[in-house]
Amino acid sequence: MQWVNTIVQGVLTGGLYAMFAAGLSLIFGVMRLVNIAHGDFIVLAAYLALVVTEALGIGPLPALLMVVPLMAAIGYALQRGLLNRTLGDDLLPPLLVTFGVSVIIQNGLLELFTADSRRLQAGAVEVATWQISQGLSVGLLPLLQFVAAVAVIGALQALFYRTAFGRAFRATSDDPAVAQLMGLDNRHVFGLAMALSLAVVGLAGVLLAVRSNFDPSIGPARLIFGFEAVIIGGLGNLWGTLAGGIVLGVAQAIGAQLDPGWQLLAGHFVFLAVLAVRPEGLFPRIRG
Amino acid sequence: MSAAAFQTKFNVRFTDRRSAISLAAFAAALVALVCAPWWAGRDTLYLLEEIFAYVALASLWNLLAGYAGLVSIGQQAYVGLGAYLLFALTIFADIPPLAAIPLAGLIGAAAAIPVAALVFRLRGHYFAIGTWVVAEVFRLLASQVSALGGGSGTSLPASIVIAIAPSRAMREFVVYWIALALVVVILGLILLLLRSRYGLALTAIRDNELAARSNGVDVARVKFVVYVFTAFGTAMVGALIFLQKLRISPDAAFSVNDWTAFVIFITVIGGIGRIEGPIIGTIVFFALRQTLADLGALYLLMLGAVAIIVMLWAPKGIWGLIVQKLDWQIFPLQRRVVFAPPAESPARSQT
Amino acid sequence: MPDANGPTGPLLEVRDLAAFYGDFQALFGVSIAVGRGEVVAIIGANGAGKSTLLKSIAGLMPARRDAIMFDGAAIGDMPAHEVVARGIALVPEGRRLFASLTVEENLLIGGQLRRPGPWTLARVYALFPALAERRHLPSTALSGGQQQMVALGRALMANPKLLLCDEISLGLAPIIIRDIYARLPAIVAEGTSLVIVEQDIAQALAAASQVYCLQEGRVAFAGAARDATREAVAAAYFGE
Repeated sequence: MQWVNTIVQGVLTGGLYAMFAAGLSLIFGVMRLVNIAHGDFIVLAAYLALVVTEALGIGPLPALLMVVPLMAAIGYALQRGLLNRTLGDDLLPPLLVTFGVSVIIQNGLLELFTADSRRLQAGAVEVATWQISQGLSVGLLPLLQFVAAVAVIGALQALFYRTAFGRAFRATSDDPAVAQLMGLDNRHVFGLAMALSLAVVGLAGVLLAVRSNFDPSIGPARLIFGFEAVIIGGLGNLWGTLAGGIVLGVAQAIGAQLDPGWQLLAGHFVFLAVLAVRPEGLFPRIRG
Repeated sequence: MSAAAFQTKFNVRFTDRRSAISLAAFAAALVALVCAPWWAGRDTLYLLEEIFAYVALASLWNLLAGYAGLVSIGQQAYVGLGAYLLFALTIFADIPPLAAIPLAGLIGAAAAIPVAALVFRLRGHYFAIGTWVVAEVFRLLASQVSALGGGSGTSLPASIVIAIAPSRAMREFVVYWIALALVVVILGLILLLLRSRYGLALTAIRDNELAARSNGVDVARVKFVVYVFTAFGTAMVGALIFLQKLRISPDAAFSVNDWTAFVIFITVIGGIGRIEGPIIGTIVFFALRQTLADLGALYLLMLGAVAIIVMLWAPKGIWGLIVQKLDWQIFPLQRRVVFAPPAESPARSQT
Repeated sequence: MPDANGPTGPLLEVRDLAAFYGDFQALFGVSIAVGRGEVVAIIGANGAGKSTLLKSIAGLMPARRDAIMFDGAAIGDMPAHEVVARGIALVPEGRRLFASLTVEENLLIGGQLRRPGPWTLARVYALFPALAERRHLPSTALSGGQQQMVALGRALMANPKLLLCDEISLGLAPIIIRDIYARLPAIVAEGTSLVIVEQDIAQALAAASQVYCLQEGRVAFAGAARDATREAVAAAYFGE
């Protein structure tokens, strides 16, 4: 039974990882850009939520309603002000610039908040559990976060494949020059894509803040988890990314169960194994 | 157009008058550095060792990213690996510390082979993050090795420290000279590599990978060789750095900030894809650090901002700007075609 | 001179247009005029600058502000996405459909700007019934001729006053080419002017009333299509 509990924990954590990954793969899909600062933005969102809850005396849920739009605005400004200038054939500028942004965010947060570990208070739901059966109980918070992750991915899929908005994203991703001929301003479309990505990041950041302790240095690890979920699941497929996140979460949970020091290593090994044996991922999108 | 015109002789030369002068100046500086133990205090020696280490690391990263187009943010994997190998080889295998450095390099290079096989399956940005994951794996594995202190690390035993040289002063001199020798050897090897046909292939890849491939350059093979060579050099530098520090821990040995962020910023600011760039960048970096030492996290923040500004508005870095304005080079790398004067008779050039 | 100029002059006037790809100059002082309701053909050998001309008009390449006058306004320096909003649509060379979109999605995105006009999804399907049958297929699953129809329909969905067609016959069988050209009059009848860039000279001369021949970036022949004799065209096409 202990193992079933472990696996369930892993699955639920995987949902959060999938949310880290969703924003990352969205951006790569639309503009072939990987935001090295992605994990640091998650942490930034967590700190924003902290500031908002402490300053206004509100709970995490209302704070969410403020943090998500704020992160979206930051994303739009970041893309149009900075990252649009880096796009082009050369790989180096966007990579180095987002790396620079990562360093800036980490050290800026360090200056403002020190390296102390923080946590967002969510009240009773933090420790509530749902007793499913004898010996199997599930934390309510992780379960809610998993449901949120699935909802977000579902919403993103619907957005991309059933709305004019999503059509614009896909067209710009296919052929930015011809997309202009349709009246789409690339700079604006890329800005909206980054706004969407950081909105998801905002949600992920608040969920992270409630669920575990955070400090300015944990950003890179979130980037890596998101990245591993994308690679394990397969590029170009959001549901695949969810599956990848779950695989990663379960691997880490099993590793931790065997030995606490092995948690991260177990996840990395599964990632490397997928890379070695099936580099296109478990559910790559079949290009038609 | 007469046939004689096509038979004009030409030579391919590396040096010209200006670069010969710069090279001579560089040689003079080198002599001064060799004599440093006699004119510099201990703090200056430590500073110089740090500068040498960063020049070496930045030059190697420049080779990888600027020439081979492999942007790695995981080179700290080999710094740490080299460092841990030094400790392991001296403590467990009784190998003299000075011999352990090149040995650590070779083992590091061997480790790079399977890593390359895995990580080369990723492209571009994803390759970069993949290298970071590998570094993380190395760090986590290192903290599992309790014989070397696990997560908190360990110090180099006194017996091994003494094995470097009998007196403290002598030890500091020896470590200094090894650092200087190492950076000179690494720069020399990079120079040799770039002057060889491999180097021509690399410069072609740097300028236009697709064109290079269609001209018959085996791009995959060149990249693999460069990756393994860079691991070799980086591991040796890592071994040296921690020989000097006398103490190791996973977080210090595999630090992203120390061995990747700083190195990248140095190379970007100095100039990517040019061999003089990392040297200029290191000088600028240390000048900044001496003047802004007390700022802590703010210092790194500013460095990040400067790197972004340079990347966007002066993408070839400081040296790139100098090259553009003055067409200079210190190291004789650019192949210049020198045409023989037209007085040469056609009969002669037919040989 | 044909009297197809409305009260405010020709619909499109290109004045002394120059175009560069880096250091390479592709167009040298090109001037053309397109009247309202007119069909103008641009012919010339490969590399003569025909596509460059269309791309400059469409805003994909930079130009001097007053080098391109459309409906009385100077639009030379306007970016492509604003040029579409003004009423110029380009059917790009090689069709360039969006690979991740279905046929219908390709058409719908053409209408992204929701410009008022006669062209709706239903009207486009009426013009090209073969597309209606395949509306939910990925655009890449269609034959060359059908893809060309999608590209045309996509441009029409923007309800342009001026439609630029870049080599729509490229890679298609003669019978398909004739089929597509047979629909052009319906497009013109709805009030859209056409500029056709063509390698197929006979087809171009049959469809157009005015013809320009470009040679190495310059206008080598300009006149009514009926005046374009074989000798005149050959002289202009290949130069001295």
